[in-house]
Amino acid sequence: MTKFCRNRCASEALRLTLVFSALSLLALTGCNKTAEQPFDNTLYRSIGAEPESLDIHTARSTQSSVVLRDLGEGLTGYSASGVVVAAGAESWQVSANGLEYRFQLRTAARWSNGEPVIAEHYVYSMRRMVNPDTAAAYAEFVNEIKNARAILSGDLPPQSLGIEAASDFELVITLERPVPYFLSLLTHNSTFPIYPPSVEAHGAEYARPGNMISNGAYTLDDWKIGSAISINRNPYYWNNVSTSIDRVLHLVTPEPTAEANRFRAGELDITDTVPTESFAQLREEYPEQLRVAPFLNVYYYGLNLTKPPLRGNPELRRALSMAIDREVIVDKVMGRGELPAYSWVPPGVDNYQAMQFSYANQPHEERVATARRLYEEAGYSTSKPLEIEIRYNTSDVHQRVALAVQAMWREALGFEAKLINEDFQVLLANILAREVTQVFRSAWNGEYNDASAFLSVMESGNASNLPGYNSEEFDSLMTRAADQMNPRHRRLFLEEAERELLSDHPVIPIYFYVSKHLVSSRVQGWQDNPLDYHYSQHLSLIPRQAN
Amino acid sequence: MLRFALLRILSAIPTLLFVILTAFLLVHAAPGGPFDAERVLPPEIEANIERTYHLDEPLPQQFVRYVRGLLHGDMGPSYRYRSYTVAEIIAGAYPVSFLLGALSLLLALALGMFLGLAAAIRRNTMLDRVLSAVAISGISLPVFVIAPVLVLFFAVHLHWLPASFASTSPGTRFVLPVLALALPQVAYIARLFRGSMIEVLESDFIRSATAQGLRTRAILFHHAIRPAVLPLLSYLGPAVATVLTGSVVVEQIFGIPGLGQHFVSGALNRDYTLVLGLVIFYAVLIITLNLIVDLLYGYLDPRIRYR
Repeated sequence: MTKFCRNRCASEALRLTLVFSALSLLALTGCNKTAEQPFDNTLYRSIGAEPESLDIHTARSTQSSVVLRDLGEGLTGYSASGVVVAAGAESWQVSANGLEYRFQLRTAARWSNGEPVIAEHYVYSMRRMVNPDTAAAYAEFVNEIKNARAILSGDLPPQSLGIEAASDFELVITLERPVPYFLSLLTHNSTFPIYPPSVEAHGAEYARPGNMISNGAYTLDDWKIGSAISINRNPYYWNNVSTSIDRVLHLVTPEPTAEANRFRAGELDITDTVPTESFAQLREEYPEQLRVAPFLNVYYYGLNLTKPPLRGNPELRRALSMAIDREVIVDKVMGRGELPAYSWVPPGVDNYQAMQFSYANQPHEERVATARRLYEEAGYSTSKPLEIEIRYNTSDVHQRVALAVQAMWREALGFEAKLINEDFQVLLANILAREVTQVFRSAWNGEYNDASAFLSVMESGNASNLPGYNSEEFDSLMTRAADQMNPRHRRLFLEEAERELLSDHPVIPIYFYVSKHLVSSRVQGWQDNPLDYHYSQHLSLIPRQAN
Repeated sequence: MLRFALLRILSAIPTLLFVILTAFLLVHAAPGGPFDAERVLPPEIEANIERTYHLDEPLPQQFVRYVRGLLHGDMGPSYRYRSYTVAEIIAGAYPVSFLLGALSLLLALALGMFLGLAAAIRRNTMLDRVLSAVAISGISLPVFVIAPVLVLFFAVHLHWLPASFASTSPGTRFVLPVLALALPQVAYIARLFRGSMIEVLESDFIRSATAQGLRTRAILFHHAIRPAVLPLLSYLGPAVATVLTGSVVVEQIFGIPGLGQHFVSGALNRDYTLVLGLVIFYAVLIITLNLIVDLLYGYLDPRIRYR
């Protein structure tokens, strides 16, 4: 190739580069947003991961519930501050023995097609929920409704469920035993009414855009898997006059850092979470917008009680728990306002005083000394160290906590725990098989504001009792609590049950989560609450300012 | 050529069956199931779900049922998104991935070939060295670094472009994802094309053409580009399949409803049918694209004859 050719080609190449750059720049600057934009009455809120279903009965994730709380409404609901209030029902009476609930429905309640919501629709929905063919995820929520258990196990037909429509606007629910928090359960999306013609016409596909008829403040407009669910104001909603926001986009943003960037770019009004690694920076950038509040969710290490060395060895379990410095974990490892956990039930639960480990208020040095003594009494020492594994699902946060716990056990007790990270489904399969797991990471989220939302998990028959805790004493206290009509007596039994649980150490609670959101200054009406429920109908928007 | 194409298509059938069987065994071998969650389902409910989805049957029976469904064009329901079928999910996601992939590939090809050409012509000069350095950095920088940097710069600081695909400005929402997807490809293509161009420009027939006094433009565009493009073509076959089926990282960062994320989330959620559906989709795409590349080879290189 001649020199002449090289020079000419190169100059052509350079010329083209310049033209290309100029065009790109033009395209980019052409996209510059103008300052004057019409008021956008759309709320852009992130739900984190993708919801798996909007079928009120088969939906299981918290993400689904966030969207469903906007789309539907049960007999009761939550206020912006997290208090149970009347919703689909206007009023109700409870019989003296606590077994019969009589609800008067709102005559103004309408489906999104304008038809009235009647008692039969609640009956239809509840029967569908306990029908074994539906395989509803939360069917256990209504276990205490008359005959529910027998229907679920296929012994009775769904029609025998203890729920009936006394008239179009009066509904009667009969329980098998009193459930003091029953009104809280009725806020859950699985107890919402369902529009029968829609289910009959579309089956499981009733919960898709175009098919779904809803009774909440919003109606389903579109669902793009992996991107967003858009919902529009339901003009027939009985309280539509109080709904301020016209449209809500529930955006799927599984990546917390990308989510924070979208908030910074003004494309999100509410984030689902706040990334751990940039928490401090975001707190500085957005001191007013960062909302951190106590949340009914506990991060714990479960202990496999069906295999040695943890089986039948409560003192060793106690030593392991005592050697963990939870203050260091929440301050240095997490640093997002989490609270050290010395109980199983988080603080902030209604009508309940969470119990604590007896060593909760001891100085750490004293705890370590006791832990060392218990460890040695259990037959371990530096020459014969405990061999144990901590399994956690792959994640930066879980790894950091596991590393901290490993270091604390090494320092206090002198043994080296082995860390194993696994994909979540693998970890869960291992935990449930109870063959190889010893210590495992897990968390429990209270879905209604009552101590039993946490304590019942540890009952011997509960499917989510991951450690395999089986205590007659604990079970009997829980049964006695459930049989109490007097709320004060019930509370005492529950507290006693938690004390029993803590002394057995089937789990090592490490910290209580906090809810963390970035809430744009254009969002009004946001109130922190322990369930972290925020209905879009309680919020309103003002014209956008800088975030 | 027709015979060659037909033979290739026929030989793809056992390949595809083998891929399906391997994928089927692999997804079922992974511990855990599609309905496992921290809130463990009571046994009677879990049994109901397993019965509904035939997960209680022995594996060979499940495989036969699956293949029989496939032959009828049914990829089954998604185990995770229970209101949707796998075919619906793929049909909803692939147009987005295809458009995004096609745009980024076009950009990557145009820019990559152009830079490669410029570097080849000006080889061993400062321009060549700068372009090579840029290309190496482009190849080395992973997309999960490039994408957030683009977002921070163009969306957060300059407010020129939207940070997510679900933004209110639909016209510009493709720009950053396309750039993020294209940049590593640009770098790779530039390097590949530079190498092959240098080789071609040094060959005898180009020297003869230059000696005969042909114009530079004619030499480059009529004689050099065709043979120089061949190595690029082999690279493009699988690259097109990869780019068209989406990138999980880019999709998650920009909230794009594409195919890529389903590969990862499907596997993590043990959504057996979705994973299998995607594997089949991807396999068919790769087989088709490889066939097209082979046929194009014959068109571009007269030395190749099909038997």
